[in-house]
Amino acid sequence: MGDFIKDFWGFLKVRKKFWLLPSIVVLLSLGALIFFTSGSAVAPFIYTLF
Amino acid sequence: MPKAILGISAFYHDSAAAIIVDGEIIAATHEERFTRTKHDANFPIKSIEYCLKEAGIRISDLDAIAFYDKPYLKFERLLETYHSFAPKGLISFLSAIPVWIKEKIFMKKMIWDDLNNLESSLLGESIKANKVPLLFPEHHLSHGASAFYPSPFKDAAIMTIDGVGEWATTTICHGQGKDIKILKELPFPHSIGLLYSAFTYYCGFKVNSGEYKLMGLAPYGIDGSEQVEKFKKATLEHLIDLKPDGSIVLNMKYFNFATGLTMCVDHLWEKIFGLPKRPEESEIDQNYMNMALAIQQVTNEIVLRLCKTAQKLTGSKNIVMAGGVALNCVANGLIVRDDTFENLWIQPAAGDAGGAVGAAYAGWHLYLDQERTINPDEADKMRGSYLGPEYSDLDVVRAARKFQAPNKKHDNFQNLCDEVSDLLAQGEVVGWFQGRAEWGPRALGNRTILGDPRHPEMQKKLNLKIKYREGFRPFAPSVIEEKCQEYFDLKGDSPYMLLIAPVQENRWKPKPEGYDDMELYEKLYHHRSDVPAITHIDYSARIQTVSKKTNPRYHQLIDTFGNKTGYGLVVNTSFNVRGEPPVLTPEDAYRCFMRTEMDYLVVNDRIFSKKDQPVWEKDSDWREEFKLD
Repeated sequence: MGDFIKDFWGFLKVRKKFWLLPSIVVLLSLGALIFFTSGSAVAPFIYTLF
Repeated sequence: MPKAILGISAFYHDSAAAIIVDGEIIAATHEERFTRTKHDANFPIKSIEYCLKEAGIRISDLDAIAFYDKPYLKFERLLETYHSFAPKGLISFLSAIPVWIKEKIFMKKMIWDDLNNLESSLLGESIKANKVPLLFPEHHLSHGASAFYPSPFKDAAIMTIDGVGEWATTTICHGQGKDIKILKELPFPHSIGLLYSAFTYYCGFKVNSGEYKLMGLAPYGIDGSEQVEKFKKATLEHLIDLKPDGSIVLNMKYFNFATGLTMCVDHLWEKIFGLPKRPEESEIDQNYMNMALAIQQVTNEIVLRLCKTAQKLTGSKNIVMAGGVALNCVANGLIVRDDTFENLWIQPAAGDAGGAVGAAYAGWHLYLDQERTINPDEADKMRGSYLGPEYSDLDVVRAARKFQAPNKKHDNFQNLCDEVSDLLAQGEVVGWFQGRAEWGPRALGNRTILGDPRHPEMQKKLNLKIKYREGFRPFAPSVIEEKCQEYFDLKGDSPYMLLIAPVQENRWKPKPEGYDDMELYEKLYHHRSDVPAITHIDYSARIQTVSKKTNPRYHQLIDTFGNKTGYGLVVNTSFNVRGEPPVLTPEDAYRCFMRTEMDYLVVNDRIFSKKDQPVWEKDSDWREEFKLD
C-alpha cells in the first residue's frame, strides 16, 4: 500500500490532477468496504472502460 | 550477459508476452493459445514462461519489464469521464470501480506477485525479482513502437488507430532512427475504433471480436445503392463530424459506451437509420450488409484522410501502422493503392496483443537507449511472425500415442508435399501444423487448414463442416510470392495477410443477370473466378504472400501444389473452430482434427488420415466448450 500511495501521489503531481484526490480517497474507502464485505469483483464486459 | 526486455500486454483483452534480446525479437505469443480461452485477458504467465525459456533467461536477469500501458492514466480517464457525464453512468460506474479499486489500481503489485511466483516455481526457491525496472509506456506508444521498430524503415510516419488506450484513440507520430515523436492525438471519446465497434454491435456481432465479421460482410452490400448512401449520410450528419484532417468528433448523444453497458443508444440509431439493432445470431439480411458497407466506406475515407495528414506532418514516404483498426485489410488495401505513401508496413499483431512487442521495443530503444539497426537482407524484424512455440517429432509421437492415432511418417519432405498436394487437388481438407506458432491473429502456414481454391464447394465445406461458422465468411489465399501477380492486382507483398486486393480481372467470371437482387447465399455460391473459394463477393481477396526465406516448408508445399495443378496458391484458414483460439500443440491439433470433418492432418513430417483414426467419442458436447465469438 505504501508503494501505491507514493506512486499515485507522484502521478497526481506530474499530471497536476489534485482534484482527483478526494474521489480516490472515497473510492478506496468504498473499495475497502467491498473487499471486506463481498467476494470477487467480476468485471462486466465493456470495451472502453476495463 | 545479453541485454533483454520482456514486454507484457494483459488485463483488458488478448494478453500476450514478448521478449527482446540484444535488440532481436526472440519470442512472442498469446496467452489464449495456452489456456484455450479466446481473447484471454488474464496475466500471461504461460506466455512469459515460454518467452523466458526460449530466450534462456530468468526474470532476475532481465534489464527491464515493460507493460503496454499506463494504468493510472487510464484510471484518470475513467474518473474524469464519469465526472463529466454524471449523474449519467451510475450503473456503469458501480460496475467498473470495484474492479479498479480491488485489482487494477494495484496492478504493479499484481504483476510482481505473479512474476515472483513464476520465478520461484521455476527455480524451486522463494525469489523476489522486484529489482528489475518495471516500465509503463503509453498504450499508443506501445502500438507505435510495435509498428515502427520492427519495420524495415529508418524514417516513417506512424499511425495508430484503435478503440482507446489511456486517453488517445488515434495518434500520428514520426519515427526516425530510434526515436518516436508524437505529433497529433485524437482523445477519447472520439474514436474511430469505437465507431466501428458501435456498428459491429448494432449489426448483431460481438464487440471486440466481431469487427472482422462486419468487415467480411461489407462486400455483400450493394455499392452505390440508395440505402448505402442513406446510411453514409446519416452517419456523417448525425453520428460523426469528419474533419478534413481525418479526425472525427462523435456526437455522444448517439453513443452509450462512455457511461453505459452497450455501445449505442439503440432507439436513436433506429430513428436515423430506419433499422432496428440486429439480434445476435439471427438471419443477416441485405439491410445489415448495406450498413456494413456504409461504415466500411466511411472508415476508408477517415483512414485515407489521416494518411494524408500523416504524410503532410512527417514528409515521409513510408507509413507503418498498428492498433485494432490496422487489422482492417480493406482500408489497408486502399492505402497501398493510394499514392500518398510509397510503402506500408503493418505490425502482424496489430491489436492489443501486439502491445507486448511494442512495449518491449520501446523499453529497448527509448529506456535502454539502444541504437536501431536495419538489415537490408531482412524483410523486417518479425521473422515471418513465426515467434511462438514449436514441437518436436517426439511431442507428436507422444500425442499420437495418447490418442492411439495411426499415422505415417515421411522421411523426405518433398514426398509429404507431393502427397498433400494430391489430396488437396482431390478436394480433401488438410490440417497443416509445422514449426513455430504464429504471432498475431492470422494463420500464416504453420497452424493452418488448407483447401483447393479451385474447388467450387470449398468455401461452403470449410465454413459449415470444418469451422462451424457463418456461411458468408470469406477465405483467404496463401500464394507463393513469385506468383502473386498472376492472381492478384497487388503492388508489393502481403506476408501477414493484412491487405486486400482484387483478383486479376482476366480470372473473373461474369455476374449473372439480377446478381444484385439475389439473396446472400445465392450470391455467395455463384462462382466468381477460376479460384472461387478465395474470391470474395466483390472479386477481392485477403492475400498472404509466402516467402521461401521466412517459411520454406509452406512455400515448398504450395509450389508443389502449383506444379501439379498449375495453381500456385491454396486456401488458408486458421486451425480452429468458431470461438476456439488457434491450435498450439499437436494434441490441440489432433483434437480439432477429430472434432471436425477435416480429412487429413499433417503434423511436422507425420500424416494422419481420418479414415484410419479410432472413433472419437471423447467429448460429444465439445461445441459448448468454446463460446461463440
